[in-house]
Amino acid sequence: MMGFEKFLFYVFSVFLIFSAVMVITRKNPVHSALFLVLAFFNSAGLWLLAEAEFLAIALVLVYVGAVMVLFLFVVMMLDINIAELRAGFVRNAPVAIVVAIAMAVELLIVVGPQRFGIDVVAAPEPRPAGYSNTEELGLALFTEHLYAFEIAAVILLVGIVAAIGLTMRKRPETKYQDPSRQVTVKASDRLRVIKMDAEEKAR
Amino acid sequence: MKTIANYIRSLFLFELLKGLSVTGSYFFARKFTLQYPEQKAPVSPRFRGLHALRRYPNGEERCIACKLCEAVCPALAITIEAEPRDDGSRRTTRYDIDLFKCIYCGFCEESCPVDSIVETRVYEYHFENRGEQIMTKQMLLDIGDKYEQQLAADRAAQAAVR
Amino acid sequence: MNAVIELWTSLPVVIQIVIKIVAIMLPLMILVAYYTYAERKIIGFMQVRNGPNRVGFFGMRLWGLGQPIADAVKLMFKEIVIPSGANKLLFLIAPMLSIGPALAAWAVFPFDAGIVLADVNAGLLYILAMTSLGVYGVIIAGWASNSKYAFLGSIRSAAQIVSYEIAMGFALVGVLVAAGSLNLGDIVMAQEGSVMHWFWLPLLPLFLVYFISGVAETNRAPFDVAEGESEIVAGFHVEYSGMTFAVFFLAEYANMILISALSALMFLGGWLSPLPHVWVDGVFLLDDGFHWLLLKTFFFMFLFLWFRATFPRYRYDQIMRLGWKVFIPITIVWIVVVAGMRVGEMPWWFN
Repeated sequence: MMGFEKFLFYVFSVFLIFSAVMVITRKNPVHSALFLVLAFFNSAGLWLLAEAEFLAIALVLVYVGAVMVLFLFVVMMLDINIAELRAGFVRNAPVAIVVAIAMAVELLIVVGPQRFGIDVVAAPEPRPAGYSNTEELGLALFTEHLYAFEIAAVILLVGIVAAIGLTMRKRPETKYQDPSRQVTVKASDRLRVIKMDAEEKAR
Repeated sequence: MKTIANYIRSLFLFELLKGLSVTGSYFFARKFTLQYPEQKAPVSPRFRGLHALRRYPNGEERCIACKLCEAVCPALAITIEAEPRDDGSRRTTRYDIDLFKCIYCGFCEESCPVDSIVETRVYEYHFENRGEQIMTKQMLLDIGDKYEQQLAADRAAQAAVR
Repeated sequence: MNAVIELWTSLPVVIQIVIKIVAIMLPLMILVAYYTYAERKIIGFMQVRNGPNRVGFFGMRLWGLGQPIADAVKLMFKEIVIPSGANKLLFLIAPMLSIGPALAAWAVFPFDAGIVLADVNAGLLYILAMTSLGVYGVIIAGWASNSKYAFLGSIRSAAQIVSYEIAMGFALVGVLVAAGSLNLGDIVMAQEGSVMHWFWLPLLPLFLVYFISGVAETNRAPFDVAEGESEIVAGFHVEYSGMTFAVFFLAEYANMILISALSALMFLGGWLSPLPHVWVDGVFLLDDGFHWLLLKTFFFMFLFLWFRATFPRYRYDQIMRLGWKVFIPITIVWIVVVAGMRVGEMPWWFN
């Protein structure tokens, strides 16, 4: 069984790396976005292998199910001229290469093999059958890391409020319909019935 | 107070339930659909279906080639050619109706002084090849012969109001 | 009997799983086929018509029961037209992306106590993730078709499904709080007791929000702007024909059945019998069992059709208003209420 898990690990890893490379090399942004979805899937598979099923499913649910849908939504509507994008390629290439190398070196220093080798981090013990990753995660979040968790939540809330505040604007020239008011209109609100005597025709 | 009542009404989906009850009651209502090939809707004696040329009871064709129908036809669906017959009476040599052009308005029937061209109650007919939509004189006469009884009865029933 | 069990255990695990999958998929596909028949029949009845009643078997009419088979055969033999300028690969992948999640979600669905393909702890999350993936089929179909109508349909669908996903997720959070588990079997077990213990009563607003969001999530009337035949022809699947179209159709109906079954499971006590336990213990057909789940599922499936026969299509901005400004606040408020009830140990509702 271990062999099969190893096989799965390599399948997921190969697909993950392949799709990640495709994300940055495809010319069509929609294809890139779709390959990013594939990359998310494969990393979710890797997390499943690491017995982190909650994180794996949350990744699919949040990133694939919601974030990438919105991403695609925007990307699909773009009308991108590829020739225009390529115009500055040669001129900007040196700067880009320097930045890329700097980032790669930084990444290597932070998460290099000296921190994440098999000899540095011991392989986790296989959990007993009744172990629930979800419960453990919940316990950890709401006891040990409660403050950090709540602060993150508040920051997110502030972000939501700020986004709404930035995009909301009063537009007095626009006429809105209020469905609830439309529905509740009564005949007596609009129509006045007057009783009056018939007038004599003037001669 | 009124707005609160409205909120409660909309939260409990009052109007939606009312709509559902309407369709729900029709679910059990009697269905009126006719099962067409087996059951057929009644057809009026004035129905304007496939055309026919009638004959007199003695077998003489009624049409005298007056070309009134050709003149009145709004769709120009009728083509008539006429010649005096051997006995000297004026008859058509060609009487074609293009059923693709025809709009079944019934003007030809109304204009006919001798009740020759009529529209029958027949509404089930079809064409399979190009050109079959042209009804020739012989075809029209055959239809007339086939349905003469019904045609005569319909005309008699409608005589008072036509 | 023993020989059968012996044969079963001697099979390799992979073969066992495949047999189990077939045992779930085959009845599901037949149910989907006859759901389309039921839809035409029921909506016909509500519009004072008869619905299909011609195609039968062996020369007998049988109220048109052969109709779905005839439709399927017809669609199989039709040509698959790929529009010029379409992205061929994505165009053909899209229907599969749409039916894949709809079928995969059934993996964690318990049909009776202990009868489930994969008894995972995070079952509810898994189902939520799978139902959220169905939208990719719609989006990719719309984009790959290279057609304005299809594109508009997919854009509408994307916005709508993402909006209602949130309300749906919050409604499920309420269920989680009430049941105390993500496992679907445990959620049913938490409703044990009587009809009053089923979650439809303490979670009534969430129940309504969940089912209505489910209708929106499956792009069914009155939320079917993604198809919107009177505005954008057929929406995302205008360009599809033959079997590719049939697969979209299957996915839509499989999703409807899934939503119905989940509603029955989470709010109407799943396979639990509505009759008091002391009366029916051990009595055949009246005791808890799969048939109760089926009956409850059929009820929700009927509601889908009833809605379609009754309500006119929502306007797009009204859909967004309902999703964001009505459903999400209601669910958030009720989650707090449920949590309060849970902590205060409201008697009678929660075991």
